[in-house]
Formats: sequence, C-alpha cells, structure tokens
Amino acid sequence: MSTMKTKITELMSGIADYFPMLMQKPAPKFVTESGNAVYGMIAEFSETPKVFKAAMKVRDAGYTKWDVHTPFPIHDMEEAMGIKTTKLPLLAAGAALSGLLIAISLQWGIDMLYPVVLQGKPLFAWQPFMPVMFELSILATAFMCIFGMLALNGLPRFHHPLFSNERFHRVSNDRFFIAIEASDPNFDPIKTKKLLEEVGGTDITLVEDES
Amino acid sequence: MSDMHPDQETTYQAAGVATVQPVPRQQPIIPGTHDDGTLVEDPGLRAPLVLGERSFDDITNTVCGYTEAPMPKIWLTAFTITSTVAAIGTGMILYLLITGVGVWGLNNQVDWAWDITNFVFWIGIGHAGTLISAILCLLKQNWRTAVNRAAEAMTIFAVICAGIFPGIHVGRVWFAWFLAPVPNSNGIWPNFRSPLLWDVFAVSTYATVSLLFWYMGMIPDIATLRDRAALRLHKGVSRGFKLPTPIGDGLALHFMPRPDQIRVLVYGILSVGWRFSSRHWHRYEKAYLMLAGISTPLVLSVHSIVSFDFATSVIPGWHTTIFPPYFVAGAVFGGFAMVLWLMIPLRLFLPNFSDILTLRHLENMAKILLLTGTMVGFAYSMEFFIAWYGANEFEFAAFANNRVNPAKAPYWWAYWTMIICNVGFPQVFWFRKMRQNPLVIWIVASAVTVGMWFERFVIIVTSIHRAFLPGEWGMFYPTWVDILTFVGSLGIFLTLFLLFLKFLPMFALSEVKLVMPQSHTDDHH
Repeated sequence: MSTMKTKITELMSGIADYFPMLMQKPAPKFVTESGNAVYGMIAEFSETPKVFKAAMKVRDAGYTKWDVHTPFPIHDMEEAMGIKTTKLPLLAAGAALSGLLIAISLQWGIDMLYPVVLQGKPLFAWQPFMPVMFELSILATAFMCIFGMLALNGLPRFHHPLFSNERFHRVSNDRFFIAIEASDPNFDPIKTKKLLEEVGGTDITLVEDES
Repeated sequence: MSDMHPDQETTYQAAGVATVQPVPRQQPIIPGTHDDGTLVEDPGLRAPLVLGERSFDDITNTVCGYTEAPMPKIWLTAFTITSTVAAIGTGMILYLLITGVGVWGLNNQVDWAWDITNFVFWIGIGHAGTLISAILCLLKQNWRTAVNRAAEAMTIFAVICAGIFPGIHVGRVWFAWFLAPVPNSNGIWPNFRSPLLWDVFAVSTYATVSLLFWYMGMIPDIATLRDRAALRLHKGVSRGFKLPTPIGDGLALHFMPRPDQIRVLVYGILSVGWRFSSRHWHRYEKAYLMLAGISTPLVLSVHSIVSFDFATSVIPGWHTTIFPPYFVAGAVFGGFAMVLWLMIPLRLFLPNFSDILTLRHLENMAKILLLTGTMVGFAYSMEFFIAWYGANEFEFAAFANNRVNPAKAPYWWAYWTMIICNVGFPQVFWFRKMRQNPLVIWIVASAVTVGMWFERFVIIVTSIHRAFLPGEWGMFYPTWVDILTFVGSLGIFLTLFLLFLKFLPMFALSEVKLVMPQSHTDDHH
C-alpha cells in the first residue's frame, strides 16, 4: 500500500514538474530555513574506488531514491548501486519488429494497390524486398535506442535542482557525487549526513529544490 | 573585455575551467622523431592509452581547451582556403542545376562517370567511422577511444558529400522526391525491385543512424562544455567576443554576447540536461552497445547495397558476385586512410592531442590499412582470375583489353594507378619502422585516398566506355565543371571537419577517461 502511495505522489510531482498549471506539487517533507523544499543531500568524492565502495554502502543502508553522478560510466556500478537491468533491449526489439512490419506493408501494399509488372519479375517475390526490410528495421531500432534511452532517463530535462549546486558542475570534469533524494523514505537530514560522512564523502551539503 | 588580469587567470584555473592548455610535456612528440613509449612489443605489457600521467582534469582541459580558446592561426588559414573551395563547389552545383547535366562530360556511352565515382568514393570513406565506433566497440578494442569521435564526424561529413552526387546527377533535381515512397497524384511508386532504390534506403538509413550514434556519444561531452561555460559565467571569468583576424589578437566586438553565453544556450540544448547520473549511464551504455550491434550489419550492408547498383546489372566488369565483400573491404580501407590523413596533421598542430592519440594508435590503424589493402588486392586478382576462368570473352575483354593492357586499354594508367596506390603502397607496413613513422603513414594514407578514387573510376568508367559493339565505343573526358565539383566536395568535407574541430569535443572525453587507469574501481591500478 505504501509503495502505491509513493508511486502516486511521484507521478503527481512529475506531472507538476512539467505542467505546473494542472497540478500542485505535493507538500515537501523537508524544508530549509529559507522555505525551499529540500531536494536531497550530496557528497563529493575525488577517486573512483572510493565512490564505488561508498555506493555499495549506501545501497546496503537501504536507500532507493539516490544516485551516483560520475564523469564516465564506471564498470559494475549498476551492481554496486543495485540497479535493475533496463528494459531498453526489449523496447528495441519491439522497434525492430515494427520497422520490419512497416517495410513489409509498404512493399507488399504498394504491389497490391498498384500492381505493375517491372522487368518481368514476379509481383510478390520476397527476395528483392529484403534490403528495404533490413534497413527499416535497423532505422527503427536506432531511433528506439537513442530516443527510448532519453525517454527512460527522463530527458530532455533542462532544469534540475542539482544544477543549482556550483560544486556539482565539476561532475562533468573529474569529481564524483552521491546524491540521496529527500523523497527517499529512509532520508533523514542527520542520519543521511552521518552515513555520507562515514563512507568518505566530503563537502556534504543539502540541495534545495528551488522550482 | 580586455586581456585578463593575472589574478583573474589564476581564479580561472583554480575554478577548474581553464581554457588554457595544460603544460605540454617535456618533449612534445613531433611526427617521425622518436618512440613515445607506446610501442612496446612485449605481449604481456599493455601500452598506455593516455600518455604523460594525465589526470581527468588535464584531459578535460586539453579537449575542451581547444574548443574554448582561440584556434591557432593555421586553423583560420585552412578554414579560409577550404571554405572558398566549398563555395566554388556549391557554385558548380548551382551552375549544373541552372543549366543541366550537359555541363558535365557525360555522353551516350559513359553516362555514369565522375558523379557516381565521387558518390562511391565518399560513401566508402564514411565507413571507417562506423567501423571504429561499432565493430571495434563490440570487439572491446579500447584504443578506438582516441579516434572514434573524429572518425564518426568524418563519416557524417563524407555521407553529406556522398549524398550530393546522386541527388544532382538525376538531371531534374526537383523530381528527386520521386525516390521517396509517398502517395502522389501520378499513381507512381518507386520500384522496390531496383538496387538504386535499395541504395536510397541504405544510404539514408546509414546517414541517420551514424548521425544518431555520433550525437548520442557526444551528449555527455557537450554537457562538459556546457558546465564549464556556466561555471565561467558564474564566476565572472568569461571572455568577451573576439572576431578572429589573420594578424594580431582578434577584433573585440563589445555589442556581441559573450561566447560563453552562447555556449550555455547551444550546448545546454544539445546536451538535453545530461547530469552524469549512473542510472542514466546504465541505460546509455546499453543503448550504445545496441547501436554498435545494429550498426555493424548496417555498415556491411550499405556498401554491399552500393555494389548491387553495379553487380545486378549485365555489364561485363560489373556483373560479379565478389562485389559486396570487395566493396566493403575497400570502403574500410579508404575510410581508415582518410582518418589517418586527417589525424596525423592534428598531432602536429594541436600538440597536446598526441597524449591521447599515440603512436600506438597510428600503428594499429596502419595495420588495418595493410590488412584491408591486401584484401582489396586479393579481390582485384580474384576478379581478374574469374574473368579468365569464367571463359566469358566479354568479361575477360573488360579486364584485359579495357583496363590492364597498356597497348589496348586507353584507361590503363587509371588501372595501374589504382594497383600501385592501393596494393603497392600499404605493403611498406610490413616493416615496423615504417608503420611507426607518422610521416610514412601519412604519405601512404594520401596514396590510398587517391587509389581508392581511381578504383571507383576504373570500375565505373572503364566498364561502360566500351559496350558489346565496337560502334558504341567512346571515351570520357571530364569538363572543368566535373573537376571543380569534385574539388568543391573536398572543400565541403574539410570545411565541415574544421568547424567540428572548433565547436565540438574532438575526443570522446567520457570514453577516454574510462580507459585511464584512474577509472578502475580497485585500489591498485
């Protein structure tokens, strides 16, 4: 029941992010002194092995709504974080199939609606239709790979609370960050801060959600 | 804004957003001088992929620094020349559109000549990029990180150049939309049994997928450029707009927005708000792997389908089953030659790049040139052998009398140029010293590029300039429009490449960082 409730809250807040005229954001759990909602807490790391070990500890502490931000994809990070494998390959397979179906219906359909015998070749021979079937499947898969990936990631999203933190910009250069969201059921300003200190994070700060 | 105060420059660097290059290493590597330490022959040792004990920060500064700081003067000179040539080429295309295909040297006998030669030449060059980014990715060849971005960019630009030629050679360009299967009042649909239509689908799919692949790889790196520009604006250390001038420091234009403001906007939109999240990286890597997986058969299919344009015809010299693999090998060969041809000068003019693009990388690519060059050589000899062994006198005449024999074939010089450049030159790479010398590699790459153009010329023109009846025999002479259109396409290609150097990250930053020892998750690197 509680998971259902969290999901509904998440959905509402997601809709409110994009269409603020439709829905009001649910009241935040934590508020800073200036009255802004707390997005979460971030801790900085400067070396790959450290952030990798820290990620495992944060996972073991039972957090679910958190993330590790790294300048490059770290090997086996999905295991260290306990991320479930993405469904993207399934979606891509579906896209490949629909590309194939488009090609089949395009070529056979045209032959059915406008039967014109060309070069003395049989109307419904499948052999000459293979190249276009292949190309369109590839095209559809490629579109799904990139746009599906972006959609599952919730991108494009040009504003994010993390961007308001100046230090966070170095994530694109050489720093690693662990960010734990305030919407995580386990989040507690004091306990979370202690955990992040224990795992070796520096410059631990609260990030405000200014939107 | 005038030149920066020294204090400000220090803040700038402390902020980690320096546009100045990290200090070049003690002995910057000049092509052909000496070993840079990557040429180890011990199979138990792995050559480092990034030299000079560079940190992540150094790599970011090197790659982004060249994009953010003014380019060296030689860039401006090169850009002036190439964009002028590109303008001439565009003028030739316009002249052709206004006047008609008669401005080319095509005639009744040779109705495909430089136009299709240039098309196949360019589309072939485009293959190296996808090969490096897809096939080498699947094979876990980490050295590809040094060249994949530039090679992918080169692919896009080569495909753009390739796309021009079939588009304009149809004569009435305004009917080019007939190629697309759209409902129309004529009730005419494209002929799906024609290889020319397969070609339309193959090349447009290839262009789209390559573009997507290139763009997706660039999203995190563009985000790096965005963050650096945003930080500079935030700290008030961004420079004013300066128009580059041939002499002096450039012309300060105060009414223009700061370059960093434009960067934040443009790179911000292009990077779709990428925030380097591991959850995102996970899907990103899956998507990348799948794109690599589908691009591999795609890249093989594209040049196969291009070769069907010829192979499914009944013209002696074209009607051969060896064409698909032979064309693919040739495309990879020509593409790698172009990558080397472009990258070696970069090591000279942008010296810090030689830490990322090491002699080892060049040697690996030289080995691929040797391999594919030898495959192409095998295809040439097999084609000739089958023409003789197949006992079809027309097929044999297409080779012996129209290509090889200087006494009979008017185009013998084109054939032998092709053989010397494509089969002869790469053989020097059997010698270690030769394939470790950037100057030698560059010379061979130039020869191969010439040779691969001649290969397509030989295949296309020498096969059709003499049909079955001697009364139909003719020659092809290019007009000045033919020549300038081809030279113009080179200009378009190089102009786009120079713009890419200036405005986009030249190396795949996140991938280069991934192959550095600091990226390992265990403590002992």
